[in-house]
Amino acid sequence: MAKTRLVFSGSGGQGVITAGIIIAETAVLHEGLNAVQTQSYGAEARGGATRSDVIISDAPIYFPKVVQPNILVCLTQTAYTKYVPSLRPGGLLITDTRWVSIEKTVDARRFELPLTDTVSEKIGNSVVLNIAMLGAVVRLTEVVSPDAVKKVIKNRVPKDYLELNETAFDVGFDLAKKNQT
Amino acid sequence: MPVRDYLRERFFPHMWCPGCGHGTVLNALLRAVEKLGLDKNDIVMVSGIGCSARISGYVDFHTMHTLHGRALAFATGVKMSRPELTVLVPMGDGDALAIGGNHFLHAARRNIDMTAIIMNNRIYGMTGGQFSPLTGYGCFGTTAPYGNVDHDFDVVELSTAAGATFVARSTTYHVIELADIIKKAITHKGFSVVEVLSQCPTNFGRRNQLGSAVEMLETYKKQTVPLNSKAAQDAPDKIRRGIFVEKERPEYSNEYKKMIRTATGES
Amino acid sequence: MSRHLKFVQGNVACAEAALYAGLEFFAGYPITPSSEIAEFMAKRLPQSGGKFIQMEDEIASICAIIGASLTGRKVMTATSGPGFSLMQEALGYAVMTEIPCVIVNVQRGGPSTGLPTHVSQGDVNQARYGTHGEHAIVALTASTHQDIFAITVDAFNFAETYRTPVILLLDETTGHLRERLDVPKKDEIATVGRLKTSVQQGVDYHPYLPREDGRLPMSDFGGAHRYNVTGLFHDMWGFPTESPKIVYGLIRHLVDKIEHNADQMTRWKEYYTDDAPTVLISYGAASRSALHLVENRRKRGEKLGLLELQTLWPFPHALVREKCRHARAVVVVEMNMGQVLQQVKLAVDQPEKVFLANRIDGELITPTDIQNIIHVIQGKGV
Repeated sequence: MAKTRLVFSGSGGQGVITAGIIIAETAVLHEGLNAVQTQSYGAEARGGATRSDVIISDAPIYFPKVVQPNILVCLTQTAYTKYVPSLRPGGLLITDTRWVSIEKTVDARRFELPLTDTVSEKIGNSVVLNIAMLGAVVRLTEVVSPDAVKKVIKNRVPKDYLELNETAFDVGFDLAKKNQT
Repeated sequence: MPVRDYLRERFFPHMWCPGCGHGTVLNALLRAVEKLGLDKNDIVMVSGIGCSARISGYVDFHTMHTLHGRALAFATGVKMSRPELTVLVPMGDGDALAIGGNHFLHAARRNIDMTAIIMNNRIYGMTGGQFSPLTGYGCFGTTAPYGNVDHDFDVVELSTAAGATFVARSTTYHVIELADIIKKAITHKGFSVVEVLSQCPTNFGRRNQLGSAVEMLETYKKQTVPLNSKAAQDAPDKIRRGIFVEKERPEYSNEYKKMIRTATGES
Repeated sequence: MSRHLKFVQGNVACAEAALYAGLEFFAGYPITPSSEIAEFMAKRLPQSGGKFIQMEDEIASICAIIGASLTGRKVMTATSGPGFSLMQEALGYAVMTEIPCVIVNVQRGGPSTGLPTHVSQGDVNQARYGTHGEHAIVALTASTHQDIFAITVDAFNFAETYRTPVILLLDETTGHLRERLDVPKKDEIATVGRLKTSVQQGVDYHPYLPREDGRLPMSDFGGAHRYNVTGLFHDMWGFPTESPKIVYGLIRHLVDKIEHNADQMTRWKEYYTDDAPTVLISYGAASRSALHLVENRRKRGEKLGLLELQTLWPFPHALVREKCRHARAVVVVEMNMGQVLQQVKLAVDQPEKVFLANRIDGELITPTDIQNIIHVIQGKGV
């Protein structure tokens, strides 16, 4: 497989870092792949644009940062404005319709998904937005299997919140599926 | 066991000046240890740097002569690792309360079971007579040639506020009382502080016209009174001696043992 | 899936390795980017009967571990630049008193508070020269979690074997990044235990009289032998002395026991150095970028090689000289202004062929950064 370079971006508290860790951990623990995850720290992470970088590959990964993602998720307008120029031509762009309006055309497969709205409507708890986003990413990229992701979620999430998270994952997954043509 | 058996005679003569009070503190300390019947192998003495710190070389315990001000930090590592050992930490006034002030506050706050003996001679003796945080306003030192404008700490109040569960003060004049207080301090389960007024005729006495060692000892006799005594009532300005604080509070190593039981699921 | 497979931060890889090596006591003070190590220890050490203590500052932390080590425990502390600066005096005490301990410095940008959440490799020289007085030191580093694990075990092994503090120079990038760690099975990597004296109780034990082989067996505080430990120059009893002969002998012993065993402690990795006219020398996070570039250029037929250093002190001059002998250009890739570069220049036959590819702005040097420098060196322009 080619190297998959993902950047999940949004604002602090949206859970993009956790989502990055989950997908990378899935690749390593359940798919026999290599993965590295890095993130922005400090003042940057407390407001403004937060990002989590993930590289997944079957070959060893040395340089751990993502310079040009081929998969970019933006959950805020600020993150979109900041990171969209780095998206590799022909890459995949996923944005949340509630928070991001696409300002110009980019050379990418674009998915403008009503993630926040759907999560609010179907689950009523926006804290799992990141897991719904992850569901959409997994559906659109197929870089790891949904069942494997759920194993990692099960390990990381407190028991009382497991069902909520699993539902969120499915909601995102199905939303992406519906939007695929 | 004769007190002599607690000394490392190989390492004598000691390096203290004639008339120095620190030998008397050593004497009282060894008598306390002897009365308690402690095994030499069960005692660790950790000291810092200064005249006072040399005490650790002379005693036949497990001894560690460390860095200026850091004795309590080293001792904390020893005690945490081997809580069954008796840990004694003699310090000078500058050692304990200037460079080591923060470690002193936090050891008291943790209430870790060790005995801190502050040998207060109100001066940096080994470096030649610079003023210390216990020198006091108006006194003289080589770095206070016009009289000190720094105020001093009250060790008893400071220790009490920081959370020490045993706080006492005595002097090198009151040797029997001192030995008895140190004995109680060692027995106390928690952080114990014993402030000992210990004369430095060479560097403090001389610069402050306090006379010979004998005259300085007489001053300790005249200028201090037992806590809660009739003499104390009559002389509110004199320095109090005795045990100011003696109370129970959970001890650090014990609490950690409990935490291990929680972590390993044994309780 | 292997039970031992983990997806963790480099700081956690280091912490896991410390437990594997037999760590029993950790004292620390919170500081970015090393705090994950303390957090791990606070949770995990009590589970194995070990002890964790959060001290009032970094000075107290290193003092506490030295005290604990004297009672027979394997000990560690972890910090970053500002804390490492505070630890220097006590580091010298551990050198002088020959007390085994491991000090982790997860490097961040400096001087001063600098860049708490950004990478740097600016403390290489501080590790070597930070404490005052003539001495030798051991400092190790690694670039992947698997290697961080192995080198951390080495750190404990060297500390015990040579009775010395060992510094682990990690960096913010490797410390924070998450990747695969396959925790070795028990006994898969050898661990060295404390060398205890065989002198029986009642017989004179000389705490500072080395054996024939230069090693110095210890007796635990609280054990059969009572002796003195001091940061002053001391005789075989551990008692202070100013005798020039003893002072000379001790300083030689402290330096020689490290320098004479440097080969035993030299750890490195090499990639394509045999036929490479351009050899990169790097370490830590920077060497990940260097290796990335080397592998990419090799695919296109360009003969780049890489020597990745894991032992920084004692510096492996002979190794560097040998690996660079046939190179036309040597490029040191690091995130400082040439701290390892200086040593490489001392090591090679032709110092004028040694160049620097660096970044000092808090960002991880990229393969492109290195490529651009190589282009300049090769006279191709950027």
